[in-house]
Amino acid sequence: MNVIALTAVDLTIAACLVMILAVLSAWLQLGLGKKIVIAGVRTTVQLLLIGFVLKVLFEQSHLTWISLLAMVMLLVAGREVMARQKRRFGGWWGFGLGTMTMFVSSFSITVFVLLMIIQNDPWYKPQYAIPLLGMMLGNTMTGIALALDRLTDSAWQQRGVIEAQLSLGYDWRSAIRGMARDSVRVGLVPMLNAMAAAGLVSLPGMMTGQILSGTPPLEAVKYQILIMFMITAGTGFATMGAVWIGAKHLFDERQRLRLDRIKS
Amino acid sequence: MEQQQESVISLQDVSVNGLSPVNLSVNSGECICLSGPSGSGKSLLLRALADLIPHQGEVYFNGQACSSIPPTQWRKQVGLLAAESFWWHEHVGEHFSKRCDDDLQRMGFDKSVYEWSVTRCSTGERQRLALLRLLCLQPKVLLLDEPTASLDEKNVEAVEALIKDFVKKGGAVIWVSHDPNQIKRVADRHYQIINNQLQEKAA
Repeated sequence: MNVIALTAVDLTIAACLVMILAVLSAWLQLGLGKKIVIAGVRTTVQLLLIGFVLKVLFEQSHLTWISLLAMVMLLVAGREVMARQKRRFGGWWGFGLGTMTMFVSSFSITVFVLLMIIQNDPWYKPQYAIPLLGMMLGNTMTGIALALDRLTDSAWQQRGVIEAQLSLGYDWRSAIRGMARDSVRVGLVPMLNAMAAAGLVSLPGMMTGQILSGTPPLEAVKYQILIMFMITAGTGFATMGAVWIGAKHLFDERQRLRLDRIKS
Repeated sequence: MEQQQESVISLQDVSVNGLSPVNLSVNSGECICLSGPSGSGKSLLLRALADLIPHQGEVYFNGQACSSIPPTQWRKQVGLLAAESFWWHEHVGEHFSKRCDDDLQRMGFDKSVYEWSVTRCSTGERQRLALLRLLCLQPKVLLLDEPTASLDEKNVEAVEALIKDFVKKGGAVIWVSHDPNQIKRVADRHYQIINNQLQEKAA
């Protein structure tokens, strides 16, 4: 490994930069001084903790522990999806819809890539499995949250249009189709933009990290392309699934628009 | 059950949101009016009859229970005209499943109205066009929620004449109206909602 190890002193120097920023913002009365310090401490503690967890996990390479960590990541991402929606489904649906679609899409694509493309031994080797899954979940989370937020909000805003169509004998699919399409589009656009801008505007984080740790640029690029494809497919499938199931759940068995299932 | 066979639409213990259970039958060729203070549940009752909101009780169309008919088919036969009209395409014509030029002229439009942009139409024009849009589907029952609320006298007359023809051809109408004179002109029977109870008002 030809990576230059960082010492505690190195990080302290970097921390000084953040401290200067905190002092400056206190002096300018931005009301952010405290927040900057707390955020700095949080990021240090959280990343050190996950570092230890990963260290232990890498040494063990035990499927049970890897699955457990994957589950925790999924649940946190599911909570985040729920929190990012202005209006969301009530009860278990609020958490379950995003979490389930994210689970099916992210896990199946990650496992597929690990088995068919990476082909490590064992296939669930955490050095590959955890970062891949993490990137999948992070991006899928954003896509689903954006799409569901758009879906529930537009159904709420345009309830008159939906009910007018139902009154004219349209079925629920026709009545929600336009809004469902828009929602999927909104969920997918950030990823498509990222693919379009990759390499020109920004160097993707993972690729940069690999290059920093000494991977030849072309190898890093190949991994980045793989990741981009995985994320796009995963976000796309998950977003479509979540929007489809969510749209169906906006109506009951008599095809009535049930906005009482949404909370704001 | 005999009586249900004769009536086009009949309500059996239908209740929504605090309104006491309603029993009511409307026969073919009959127009009944509903009135009552705002917030008394008139619009909710109409929405329940179109099966747009959950409700207790059962509604029958020609003796067939609402719950036994697919909702899309039910709503085509029992057509609801909401108080506010909604439009989702750019042009008026795109909202019409088929053309109905005769009725169009009676309401003071000509065929060019299909090309009109919806944003160009006034509230009153939209209200009349929404009625035409619904009549094109040839429903057997009309549920009208203040269909002449924003119309001038001439257009009120035209709408009333059009509905009267619908009734004459064997349709059944439940019409929510606030105007006592209009009720006198169009209603065969008049019901009021007083203290959450639907009561027939003597003519």
